[in-house]
Amino acid sequence: MKSSLPLMRSCKEVAALLLTREDQHLPLRESLALRLHLAICAACPRFERQLLTMRNAMKQWRNYTDDGLGKEG
Amino acid sequence: MNSISSVPFAQQLVELRTYLLKFARLQLRNDAWAEDAVSETVLAALAKPQSFSQRSQLKTWLVGILKHKIIDALRLHGREVSSSPSDDDEGDLLDALSFKPDGHFVQAPTDWGNPEQELGSRQFFEVLEACADKLPATQGRLFLMREWLELSSEEICKELALTPTNLYVQLHRARLRLRECLELNWFANPHLHLQSQSQSL
Repeated sequence: MKSSLPLMRSCKEVAALLLTREDQHLPLRESLALRLHLAICAACPRFERQLLTMRNAMKQWRNYTDDGLGKEG
Repeated sequence: MNSISSVPFAQQLVELRTYLLKFARLQLRNDAWAEDAVSETVLAALAKPQSFSQRSQLKTWLVGILKHKIIDALRLHGREVSSSPSDDDEGDLLDALSFKPDGHFVQAPTDWGNPEQELGSRQFFEVLEACADKLPATQGRLFLMREWLELSSEEICKELALTPTNLYVQLHRARLRLRECLELNWFANPHLHLQSQSQSL
């Protein structure tokens, strides 16, 4: 479901790119299309931040599993 | 700081068995495999007793051994690891997010704020572990192979004879499910776990 304009992406396409980015390198062209969309969209940057928060959370959890030292509270 | 040097080494290991078992179960999603991996870890530790002045150092060392034993188990059970069916294998990958026919969000994702501090709390880790445990078995195993064992996609595909496409689809589904679970059980209700702070407002 690609748009007709070369670098235009819908939010749905961008959400798929953001998920892909968690595990793979994006091709340069898709990476550029993603940046352009994020610059003009209000909703997608929130999804991006949620994924970044999850990435950060998994990192903290991984450290915690290694030594069991979680903060209380 | 927990001084543990006075406790016999074998007893320290026995005390940490439950701790290790929790992570083995979460990653392997099979009680028998998890028991075996933890037993092998304890045996390996007994064969090379070491003394640590702090309990956390002993934990770090044991979790390191456990991760290797778990990777052996995943390799051993290869096909079974990646072939449990899940109820969301069919359908559009992004259905969980709800889009209009024109590709816009039906409802914009919520703002999770900037919860850096909170994410290091035990309460959050408990919610995160519960959410990871609720993932379908295959999704959960693959997701934690990436995020806990820190294996590369190439390694996972090789060990489990998966195609990259298959792996990525499962990882994406896992991330979407986890996102939804965290949203419902943590980010949508910040007041539930921040009671102590809100009382002082």
